[in-house]
Amino acid sequence: MTKPLSQIRNFAIIAHIDHGKSTLADRLIQTCGGLEEREMQQQVLDSMEIERERGITIKAQTVRLAYTAKDGVEYQFNLMDTPGHVDFSYEVSRSLASCEGSLLVVDATQGVEAQTLANVYQALDNNHEIIPVINKIDLPAADVDNAKQQIEDVIGLDASEAVSVSGKTGIGIPGLLEAIVKRLPPPHEGDANKPTKALLVDSWYDTYLGVVVLVRVIDGYLKKGQKIKFMSNGRTREIDRVGMFTPKHVLLDELGPGEMGFITAAIKDISETNVGDTITDDKKPCDKALPGFKPSVPMVFCSFYPADAGDFEKLKTSLGKLRLNDASLHYEMETSQALGLGFRCGFLGLLHMEIIQERLEREFDLDLIPTAPSVVYKINMTNGDQIELYNPVDMPDVVKIDNIEEPWIKATILVPDEYLGGLLQLCQDRRGVQIDLTYAGGRAMLVYRLPLNEVVFDFYDRLKSISKGYASFDYELDGYGENDLVKLEIRVNDEPVDALAMIVHRASAEYRGRAMCERLKELIPRQMFKIAIQAAIGGKVIARENVSALRKDVTAKCYGGDITRKKKLLEKQKKGKAKMRQYGNVEIPQSAFIAALKMGDE
Amino acid sequence: MSDAPDLEFLPGEMGVYFHWPFCASKCPYCDFNAHVADNVSHERWRAAYQRAVSHYAEMLPDKRVVSIFFGGGTPSLMEPESVAAAIDAVRAGWPCSNTLEVTLEANPTSVEAAKLAAFREAGVNRVSLGVQALNDADLSFLGRAHDAAQAVHAIKISQEIFERVSFDLIYARPSQTLEGWRDELCRALDLARGHMSLYQLTIERSTPFYLRSKRGEFVMPGEAMGADFYHLTQDVTEEAGMPAYEVSNHAVAGQECRHNMIYWTGADYIGIGPGAHGRFMRDGAVYASRDHHAPEVWLSRVEADGSGAHPFEAVDAAGRFEAGLMTGLRLCGGVDVEALSKTSGKSFNDMVDLKKLDVAVREGWAVFDGVRLRLTREGILRLNALLPYLLV
Repeated sequence: MTKPLSQIRNFAIIAHIDHGKSTLADRLIQTCGGLEEREMQQQVLDSMEIERERGITIKAQTVRLAYTAKDGVEYQFNLMDTPGHVDFSYEVSRSLASCEGSLLVVDATQGVEAQTLANVYQALDNNHEIIPVINKIDLPAADVDNAKQQIEDVIGLDASEAVSVSGKTGIGIPGLLEAIVKRLPPPHEGDANKPTKALLVDSWYDTYLGVVVLVRVIDGYLKKGQKIKFMSNGRTREIDRVGMFTPKHVLLDELGPGEMGFITAAIKDISETNVGDTITDDKKPCDKALPGFKPSVPMVFCSFYPADAGDFEKLKTSLGKLRLNDASLHYEMETSQALGLGFRCGFLGLLHMEIIQERLEREFDLDLIPTAPSVVYKINMTNGDQIELYNPVDMPDVVKIDNIEEPWIKATILVPDEYLGGLLQLCQDRRGVQIDLTYAGGRAMLVYRLPLNEVVFDFYDRLKSISKGYASFDYELDGYGENDLVKLEIRVNDEPVDALAMIVHRASAEYRGRAMCERLKELIPRQMFKIAIQAAIGGKVIARENVSALRKDVTAKCYGGDITRKKKLLEKQKKGKAKMRQYGNVEIPQSAFIAALKMGDE
Repeated sequence: MSDAPDLEFLPGEMGVYFHWPFCASKCPYCDFNAHVADNVSHERWRAAYQRAVSHYAEMLPDKRVVSIFFGGGTPSLMEPESVAAAIDAVRAGWPCSNTLEVTLEANPTSVEAAKLAAFREAGVNRVSLGVQALNDADLSFLGRAHDAAQAVHAIKISQEIFERVSFDLIYARPSQTLEGWRDELCRALDLARGHMSLYQLTIERSTPFYLRSKRGEFVMPGEAMGADFYHLTQDVTEEAGMPAYEVSNHAVAGQECRHNMIYWTGADYIGIGPGAHGRFMRDGAVYASRDHHAPEVWLSRVEADGSGAHPFEAVDAAGRFEAGLMTGLRLCGGVDVEALSKTSGKSFNDMVDLKKLDVAVREGWAVFDGVRLRLTREGILRLNALLPYLLV
């Protein structure tokens, strides 16, 4: 039943957000008869609501298509839709590792974007054959030549044989399908007689099936009833289903060398199925796991607190549900004096964090208070120990610290000339180190090394506002580096406000501290007592503000009817006290801290 | 039955409040239940007040009335016959103290001043005049229908007719200076005989002033300025022998308004008229009453079944304690916490955070001898913040 390798083509589609990747995929599916016209709903691949809205793919997906080429042979196409953002770059790399070629989709009206670059480079790292595809040629603003020129100038690929298409109207699709057969290679290796060896491309939780595992078979077969082993953790399971997506679920007897599809094996916990793992036969294992496996490591951290303390249990359950489908989401409970009970969460990156927050708010109807995002610092102690710091609150005593290392990124920014000055300034302000500055097609390509902690703090928003939305930005992690970092503590009446603590570079500590003090001064209502707000590094106060004590707060009139009204006000004030936090002799409403956090990115 | 002390009330002693919901024009700062209507049927209202009184008299037979108060609105627009009828109804419904205080709020326009003798005939023995300011510019800003000369005239006429006369002033007005207020207050003290109410102007939502101040048409004195105004007011009135006995009320000793003392000491009162509130003991439990707000609705309810009230709400022990503390601390004499604990059924120690009370005493805001808790001037100035701070 399985196809010979020569009749299989496994390929990914690489594109920037909005460049029409999903529309093109839909068109390929439809042209090959994977779905009838009436079954097509726009962008069938991006099934999650949030994926569709934001135009990003979070989970890898595959679709198997049957295409009868002009040579009369029916080919098996396995179309891989990869996660589209750098936060999921490891997941992207494993998706790409399961293919031999890529379609590089460039919008004829937009040209190449930074995000495209990173994924192209990953495809090249995986020895992909790449077909440049110029999309949206039906639009009046389409400039095919310019798009080709950019592919050559910015990426360095030969674009002379680029295929021009419109995913929307279907122009050029037949030519593209032929190009896939002729120009993309079949799977390089694959021996049906060798022990089973398959790449775990991705996995997700399905309420009815349990964990569904997306696989690419290298050698041997995956069959129903087979006992398999996950090589990274040694777990064994019996396969209860083998199948493919067309994009409908279709059950198969087996998956053979070079093929892609899914298996289920009564797995309940997605953390068993690690992306990039090698699946083999339990009794007759392959001798070596596939290269490139890495356990997922969260890079960005922040805490979520329910705005309504009564929602804590709901938040806990909701995170659990998201975790079912997202092994890279980490969380543990924490208690904040200022904000109550919540969770410290770890994410692959900023977008991952945003997506999780948005899903919690939208799908689970939670009102969340996120703390300022933070990164993982490595703290080298004077006694030679190294500890990893996930939360500024846990910073050890400075006298015991020898030095602090912070994570750096390599950022690639593409920006129209006119906004270059502003962006250079922004990168400079954020302690960036310029690595490269080149021009292509009226745009500058900036490569900078930047500390990740400067990027998690409103960098992306600033970038977008400076460039009026025209700059595109992408990054990869680029190791750790020692720096003069300090814990900036905010104190109210001499007591630290845990939720507002942050790690900052000493040079920006005073500015950030002053900004936070000024903000709190605006937000904390005046009370009977003077309130001292301070920003401090260690024992040293670097900025201070006072909320002066109120001198007068009394209702002028209180007669018969006013008593009821005043009494209601008093009830409200007393209820509000439950949401107050005690700092010295004053009680500060939680809402002030929430507002301070919300204003964090202004 | 012997007479109780004037300002302390025995169980069963009660005040009766009548609300007259109509005004000749509505003042831009006022958020009271007041309406401008041309064709008020005085006969119907008169009958309704009588009917509502007898309804309460049946419901609360064991009371003794020590005060009647006509508020509004502008009750000086009532026909004196109506006032007489209401007073007579009360006298018919309950035994009354032979020092019964009967107050009527009046505007110092010439028309209303002309009716004062008739109100006296009707049984009123105390008037409270809505003077509000003693200069024409501010009176016009406040939307009042009288000028300063009319106000002075009305005060003098009233003092000839009634033994007890009070008047209201509003201060801490936009663009008012401390010096200007001192001068005006001194002139007021020269005119005053026994009692004055001095209110800081407050911008209430749902008033024309609210919108106008939002739009920036005028700027209200800030909190610090408000405090300065208050201190000046206390200093000047104390020196003149008319100190405050409540946040905004001043009297020479013995001239305090008995009716308002009922509110602040937690004694019983019933409220009759649109939007009027009451609070009274009945069969051992305390109830709060609230009459229908809309004049027409109230009128037709009373005509139909004798009562214009919504269903009474029971007030629990904690609610009684808190209301008692809230109003009692407005009084310069403070509140007897032993008595409050006894009448409310909640112990002081359970309701008040004693550590915080200590702080308040140390800060100079409160004085506490174990029985009577009173706020100092600085404490009274912070009452709204102090109350939730002190309560557990």
